[in-house]
Amino acid sequence: MEVPVIRNLLEANDAIARQLKEMFRARGILALNLISSPGAGKTSLLERTLADLKGEFAMAVIEGDLQTDNDARRVAATGAQAVQINTGGGCHLDGAMVLESLSSLNLDGLDILFIENVGNLVCPVEFDCGEDHKIALLSVAEGDDKPEKYPLLFNLSTAMVLNKIDLLPYVDFDVDRAVRFAGRLNRNLLTFQVSCRTGQGLDAWYAWLREARKVKKA
Amino acid sequence: MRRMHEMSLVVSLLDIVRQEMEKHRAERLVLVTLRCGVLANVVPEALALAFEVQTGGTPFEGARLELTEEPVRLRCSCGKEFSPAASTAATVFSACPGCGEEFGHLVLAGKELYVDHLELE
Repeated sequence: MEVPVIRNLLEANDAIARQLKEMFRARGILALNLISSPGAGKTSLLERTLADLKGEFAMAVIEGDLQTDNDARRVAATGAQAVQINTGGGCHLDGAMVLESLSSLNLDGLDILFIENVGNLVCPVEFDCGEDHKIALLSVAEGDDKPEKYPLLFNLSTAMVLNKIDLLPYVDFDVDRAVRFAGRLNRNLLTFQVSCRTGQGLDAWYAWLREARKVKKA
Repeated sequence: MRRMHEMSLVVSLLDIVRQEMEKHRAERLVLVTLRCGVLANVVPEALALAFEVQTGGTPFEGARLELTEEPVRLRCSCGKEFSPAASTAATVFSACPGCGEEFGHLVLAGKELYVDHLELE
């Protein structure tokens, strides 16, 4: 017999994502999904942010990596709550992994939850983890054509954080080109040019975090 | 089984198959047809391999997977709707036949990824 189905392959994940969104909404937690290639500086951005905004917000981090708890230990050193998910080779985090890891975190009074996805510009984009915003992180040590090559991430992200700008004199990265292409993929995309090493440009990122947090709490 | 996201997709696919077989009291899966937009970030060969790996040695062994690619349909900010010729992920950048604009098109179709129908016994 032939049976019509018409069911989305991602429906199970989407259902969990809705459950997560409801949980975050009820608690007024701002949830951000950080996506980049390996080495762009997700963990460095978090270390800076967690240390600099420690007095303002209660923050927690879910760290996704194939192996090791190195990143969770790095962010936990700032005093923030951190939980590590090892995907054991898997290329992305999904809703179920995030939901499960939440049981290891104290959500009472939490203001901001950072989900640091597995370093990968493709697969993490497909799996909604219940976040309010996807944040694309790109470093100038990579190619300035990343937005052209991985359009979906930049199309769906709220902001692009361009990291390691202190390296600009030493690399061939064309900031205008990257910003122009990313902007064409997503007219509302915000861009923050930062250096997590020197601290340059982080104030604008923090100002946006404060604003997004205020909107979520309202 | 989450290595490569096609692996996770097949896990979800087989969950759906199990539920539908139970609903229809079927005993054997003959065929699954999938509709997959060319912008869905799915590599058909990887999906086929993941399906073979995850059905081999199970009651689903021997079932066929048929994947139909769905073309991209875009709407330019000038209002013109069109389907770009080439079927690659880069088609979101296609020049609008109306005004020539290459960017900022709304994707009307091409991101879908769903089970269309099953053949059961």
